Amino acid sequence: MTQATPKLLCRDVWKVFGPRAAERLAALGPDPDAAALQAAGLVPAVRGATLAVGAGEIFVIMGLSGSGKSTLVRCMSRLVEPSAGEILFNGQNLLAASDAEMIEIRRHKMGMVFQHFALLPHLSVLENVAFPLAVQGVARGVREARAREMVALVGLSGREGAFPRELSGGQQQRVGIARSLAVEPELWFLDEPFSALDPLIRREMQDEFIRLQSVLKKTIVFITHDFDEAIRLADRIAIMKDGAIVQMGTPEEIVLRPATDYVREFTRAVPKAKVVRVGSIMIAGPAAADLPAVAAGAAVADVAPRFLDGATALRVVDAAGATVGLLRQVDVVRLMLGGEPG
Amino acid sequence: MNPPAPLPRRGAPWAVALVAALALWLIWMLAPLLPGWASDWPKAAIVPAARWIGATVKWLTNEAALGPVAFSDLTRAIAALIDAPYRIVLSALSTGFLDGRGSTARMILPPFAWVAVVGVFALLGHRFGGWRLALLQILCLGFVAVFGQWESAMVTLASILVAVPLGVAGGVLIGIAAWRRAWIDRAIAPVLDLMQTMPVFAYLVPILILFGFGPTAAVVATLIYAMPPMTRITTLALRRVAPEIQDLGRMVGCTERQMVWRVLVPAAREALMVGVNQVIMLSLNMVIIASMIGAGGLGFDVLAALRRLDFGAGLEAGFAIVALAIALDRLSQAAAHGPAAPGAGRSYTLAALALVIGAGVAGLMLPGVQSYPEALRLSTGAFWSDAMAWINVNYFDTLEAIKNAALVHLLVPVKRFMLGLPWLGVAVGLGLLGWRLGGARLGVLAGVLTALIAATGQWEKAMTTVYLCGVSTLVAMALGVPLGIAVAGREALWRPVRAVIDTLQTLPSFVYLMPAVMLFRVGDFTAMLAVVAYAVAPAIRYTVLGLQGVDPRLIEAGRAMGCTPAQILTRIRLRLAFPEILLGLNQTIMFALSMLVITALVGTRDLGQEVYIALTKADPGRGLVAGLAVAFIAIVADRLIQAGARGARARLGLGAGGGA
Repeated sequence: MTQATPKLLCRDVWKVFGPRAAERLAALGPDPDAAALQAAGLVPAVRGATLAVGAGEIFVIMGLSGSGKSTLVRCMSRLVEPSAGEILFNGQNLLAASDAEMIEIRRHKMGMVFQHFALLPHLSVLENVAFPLAVQGVARGVREARAREMVALVGLSGREGAFPRELSGGQQQRVGIARSLAVEPELWFLDEPFSALDPLIRREMQDEFIRLQSVLKKTIVFITHDFDEAIRLADRIAIMKDGAIVQMGTPEEIVLRPATDYVREFTRAVPKAKVVRVGSIMIAGPAAADLPAVAAGAAVADVAPRFLDGATALRVVDAAGATVGLLRQVDVVRLMLGGEPG
Repeated sequence: MNPPAPLPRRGAPWAVALVAALALWLIWMLAPLLPGWASDWPKAAIVPAARWIGATVKWLTNEAALGPVAFSDLTRAIAALIDAPYRIVLSALSTGFLDGRGSTARMILPPFAWVAVVGVFALLGHRFGGWRLALLQILCLGFVAVFGQWESAMVTLASILVAVPLGVAGGVLIGIAAWRRAWIDRAIAPVLDLMQTMPVFAYLVPILILFGFGPTAAVVATLIYAMPPMTRITTLALRRVAPEIQDLGRMVGCTERQMVWRVLVPAAREALMVGVNQVIMLSLNMVIIASMIGAGGLGFDVLAALRRLDFGAGLEAGFAIVALAIALDRLSQAAAHGPAAPGAGRSYTLAALALVIGAGVAGLMLPGVQSYPEALRLSTGAFWSDAMAWINVNYFDTLEAIKNAALVHLLVPVKRFMLGLPWLGVAVGLGLLGWRLGGARLGVLAGVLTALIAATGQWEKAMTTVYLCGVSTLVAMALGVPLGIAVAGREALWRPVRAVIDTLQTLPSFVYLMPAVMLFRVGDFTAMLAVVAYAVAPAIRYTVLGLQGVDPRLIEAGRAMGCTPAQILTRIRLRLAFPEILLGLNQTIMFALSMLVITALVGTRDLGQEVYIALTKADPGRGLVAGLAVAFIAIVADRLIQAGARGARARLGLGAGGGA
């Protein structure tokens, strides 16, 4: 998925707290360990994060509270000033941008959705959505027309005059999403957007998010502490622990080959058959032409019912219809019973 | 993310209190053995601070200049700035718009009709709180009209309407500056402390000298008194805006100005409205005191009545202040939550305009619409005076016996003990206590401030203040804490009690003085009664808040372990509420000190009297020095108790939040 020139590139980004943090961090040399940081009186929040987000990609940063994921996403927009590293947005180094340039970039190229919605209590739904445009000095008529479109996009037409306190949590976050999209950002940050919602509403909002993205094709950095949510939405996932990225890859790569025991703990409860694709557990090579064909790109769980007809193996074909391998029943059963793939 | 801070190593509260009491007793016992200078600051070494301040004020008024602009020009400019809006509001509410001056003046436009003023308040009430609030506004203002206080009340209202917006605007601007720049915050913190703890009487004289006698000087005094809380609340409210909201502001690309005025201030509106409410209530509280330097209106009526011992008249004007206070208090509290129904603001404005013009026109034909008809006025003044006379005739001996018993068994022994304490021992003792509770800085602060009081030659008067304040605080706590415990768990009881103490707190402090003087005449006992009545409210409130704040899961756990209700109270609820109750004690002391200065009017012999005498003699130095001594006492008590409460919170693992 990653293209030659990524939309957003973070190179060895550090954020440490403490007196004269940047200076002391630099003095410690490259990649200091926890003991060295502590000895220097520094508390690390993000440690040497390097990642690239391609245009149109949904990049999920997943980690538990205190893992540094919120700090990292705030470094990307310079809401938090990184202590060291580089952040390139469309090839431009954000850390070298002046305050005025940053204001321009945030006004026109970035949008953010917040965990607790961050709606302004004194403004109506329409005024909240139009607020980023109002800050830019866009005329009332223009910005309200735009805001109305956004409100319609998230399915809240008719509630334009309501105030945030009159809305449910899910509705409030719809307003937050509409607001973040009002300026047509290139880069869309979502900081645990659904974590404060009830499970059922969360599911509904995830579906809504998938629908929106299929229309909008934004470049997205999505923060969550919910591994299932990450698996469900991500093109690629970065898993963070204690400020460092411990593994980065597609959901399938992470589920199939967890890099550490820490990651394995998360993958344990995931129904692997829903994540893993046929191509990943097939035996590459020829297959008898009379076997029923399944697509290499399909999730294993979706093709498993085909074995109910009595077949013990299926023929795997690629997108062009050419045979690429053999899917055996035993491998599917082993995967679905939770064993590690052989 | 941050590791938990290590617990400060400090003694348990009871141990600290015990040691302090023991040390105090030792100091008292050893006093006769100390050299004379340790008990009484030598006369020759007294710092003549009063003379210095007097000379400075004189220099300011006569000579000081910043380049071509003399200081007196500056004060005149400020006076003009306040005077212009005041004249307009006063004309609209009371005198009418006049052409010319004095007896030759011709009225161009009459003031708003009383019906119109009541109507506008009712409209405001309806906008923010529906019919109930509208009715309350009508009742309160109607009360003022029916009891013949209308003219005075409008004069008072005019100065409130000028002082409140100025106080709010000034407070918000300074508060924002302090929020933005840490050094401003640090610089103004001690100034705000002094402004809030210094008795108002103390700065009346300098204001009088700088601004002259009149309503303008009164508004300046009110501003000094009412602005600090607004400043503090603004800084605090901005800091408490959710970090996400700030992130939002930056993400949409707000400039610094947009951030403050379009994001933070609106997001903090509810907290800021609490500040507005405070400014209104404090301004009303100042009404009577400000009348000493030229604010007319209800305050002047109360003061005049008090001076000629006409209790009935004083009480009626006092009630009118209370009615005004309740009306404005409830209105501003409701306004904090925004209009009852959003939108429709324009129709209210139109209705108000129509009312004012309509009533004005109708008033030309029907005088009863313009001003409340004389014939329908009621007065209860005579009734109160008669009731007082009757009580004094029939129960004189009983009242006298109560008073004497309290004096002989409580007040006099405590006073004798306190006056026997040598300044050096107290300064060292408080310094050590401060060091124990809050570290070296607090210790030095407590010791030095105490020594300064002695150094300016006010030790005896200061100890009299401490004795009266201490006894009153003890009595207030002894009443307030058990009452708080009794009502804390019972919503049905707490609601009426809260309504009563809310109302008590809206009363100007002078009102407390009147019944006490009527029954017990002048003296320490009367002062104590008034102070206790004024200071008992925070004792009750903080006890209840502390007990209600205890985590219900802990109480459940206690019950599950088989604790009796008494055990739950003493072992769980009171333990955990202790820091909050300490803050209640702190507030009680602050309330007691501020009331104590006013009780100088009933003949106490403490710092308050010193300030009051300086006021009558227009001696700015003497008043300010005594006022500063009161402020020092307040600051020492406040810092020590706050440090104690912080320590207690940390021990209980409750975090640093809560409390004032």
